Amino acid sequence: MSNGSKKRKNTVPLLATISPVAIWLLLLVAAPLLYVFFLSFMATDGYNVVFKFNLDNYKNLLNPTYLEIYRNSFIIAFFTTLICILLGYPFAYIMASVGKRSKTIMMIMLMVPFWTNSLIRLNGWKTILGKTGVLNSLLLSMGIIGEPLEILYTRGAVLLGMVYTLIPYMILPTFASIDKLDGTLLEASGDLGANKLHTFLHVTLPLTFPGIFSGSIMIFIPCLGFFFVSDIMGGGKSQLIGNLIENQFKAANNWPFGAALSVMLIALILIMVAIYKKSGGDMEDLGVM
Amino acid sequence: MSEDKKPIVEIKGVNKIYGDNHVVHDLNLTVYEGEFLTMLGPSGCGKTTILRMIGGFEEPTEGMIYLEGERVDTKEPFQRNVNTVFQSYALFPHMNIFQNIAYGLKMKKVSKSEMKERVEEILHLVQLNGFEKRYPSQLSGGQKQRVAIARALINRPKVLLLDEPLGALDLKLRKEMQIELKNLQKKLGITFIYVTHDQEEALTMSDRIAIMNQGYLDQLDTPETVYERPATRFVADFIGESNIFETVINKISGDTVNVGLEVGNALGLIDENFSVNMSEMVYACVRPEKIKVSKTEVKGFTILGKVKEQIYVGNVIKSNIILVNGQVVKLSRMDIDEAPKIGDIVYIYWDVEDVVLIKSRGFMIHNIIENARLGGD
Repeated sequence: MSNGSKKRKNTVPLLATISPVAIWLLLLVAAPLLYVFFLSFMATDGYNVVFKFNLDNYKNLLNPTYLEIYRNSFIIAFFTTLICILLGYPFAYIMASVGKRSKTIMMIMLMVPFWTNSLIRLNGWKTILGKTGVLNSLLLSMGIIGEPLEILYTRGAVLLGMVYTLIPYMILPTFASIDKLDGTLLEASGDLGANKLHTFLHVTLPLTFPGIFSGSIMIFIPCLGFFFVSDIMGGGKSQLIGNLIENQFKAANNWPFGAALSVMLIALILIMVAIYKKSGGDMEDLGVM
Repeated sequence: MSEDKKPIVEIKGVNKIYGDNHVVHDLNLTVYEGEFLTMLGPSGCGKTTILRMIGGFEEPTEGMIYLEGERVDTKEPFQRNVNTVFQSYALFPHMNIFQNIAYGLKMKKVSKSEMKERVEEILHLVQLNGFEKRYPSQLSGGQKQRVAIARALINRPKVLLLDEPLGALDLKLRKEMQIELKNLQKKLGITFIYVTHDQEEALTMSDRIAIMNQGYLDQLDTPETVYERPATRFVADFIGESNIFETVINKISGDTVNVGLEVGNALGLIDENFSVNMSEMVYACVRPEKIKVSKTEVKGFTILGKVKEQIYVGNVIKSNIILVNGQVVKLSRMDIDEAPKIGDIVYIYWDVEDVVLIKSRGFMIHNIIENARLGGD
């Protein structure tokens, strides 16, 4: 009796604390995902969803036009990740080695843009890069160029937008791994006759690789889905997987095919995360668990 | 140290200051070839800083460091022929044992075949054959320790620096490793500079001990001398147990002096190396095993106390005798029959050659002030 009431005493607050979260997750994450999965097996009459089971949407995924879009997306994602590593790692390295004050300033520089909506920030780039934008006007008035440069609405501009939006996701995990690197290992390396370059190549880089790896995953995956970046910076000219999915739901009104594309993207992401985990990656570094 | 010994590390007038913190004061220290020198002191006494300055991880604020006669204090660690065994071992977690040990050779671009041979040889020396393919995380503390030593020794350094290398090991393993390290050092003939806060470790292993106190080198001598003839009150207190009495010189008759305590009189000995003036303050230090007690008054001694408690520590019986001013005198005996009984009122005395008289710091400060007044520095 007393045991039972004691048990209830523990269960009630426990349920009370976790059930809102559980309900939230069920309603807003699990249910929509299941619905998307279900929808991907349905058909369309050109306007409405027809509830008839079929696999045509998945067959349609291999259409050559779409394959070209996948290829584009992967190229953009690959180069975005690469540029983020090349720019982000040195930034993180410097941030980890400077004094506390400079570290705080750098961290603020990194975080403040985060508090502004990325759509607004990307539109800001338009006023800089556009035909009559700041950059072109400046170059024209200085006589360096004869006519405005075509910078905006190119693949390069999409790449710039992607790197700009996503680079904090490279800097933060690499900073964390460089910052927690045991300084005595670097001292030991120097003690054993390695100069600074050798120490970096043989000790620092291999030991901070998990940070680079998790940063890469956190950039590569969103890159495939960030339709608004190519909308704004690419002017809709360069289509990516994200745009394709957006179009199926909005313009083409083909929800089942859009759902099938989404399922494919989710599957790709899961495979990449599985590879990451298998190769010894820490799920905590991804912010997943 | 005999004259024919060759100096290998010479530290001349070294000071180290971090902000407001003066960590090492005017250090002069010569380490000889093939010697096992221990730097001993409580944490924060500057011993690790000195080691790091020899290793090249810190630069002295002032002063010079020579290695084999060559000035090195501004050189990078990788330009010095010394190697360090770190307290935390600092093994590279992403390399296996072979790669860890071969790291120094790889940096020197030694050929693959020679590398293999030398790693094998050194693994044999530290008794870790067959561990080449393992990773540091798969080793026990003692094994990691051996790898750290092997990784440093394979470079055939002139001097091996060891920063509390046994600190993380349990007592039994520590004792074993102490003997092993000492044997290794004898066998290889390499100079070891060893940092520890464990006085027993220092006494067992060292040829000489440098005792550091708040950045000052208090004493540098053999373990026997450091124990038998401590140079400062700090050393007397830090090495082993000591009864320390604050006394005043009452009477000097030849080499015997009569000193006055707060609670009575006692005798001590001076020699040509230690002269005192009348009324000078000195500390009288007597080891617990040298304290004697008597039921009747002994000539020259008038210290009376009561035996308060007794503790059995294995084969030693420790007694605490309380004096009238509350000071507790420690006495230890190997035999229960020689120990006084609890509650006994006893006269405390000692043989004059068993007491060590030490100038008080107050006296030294007096000297410094006097010196400054006369225009010296």
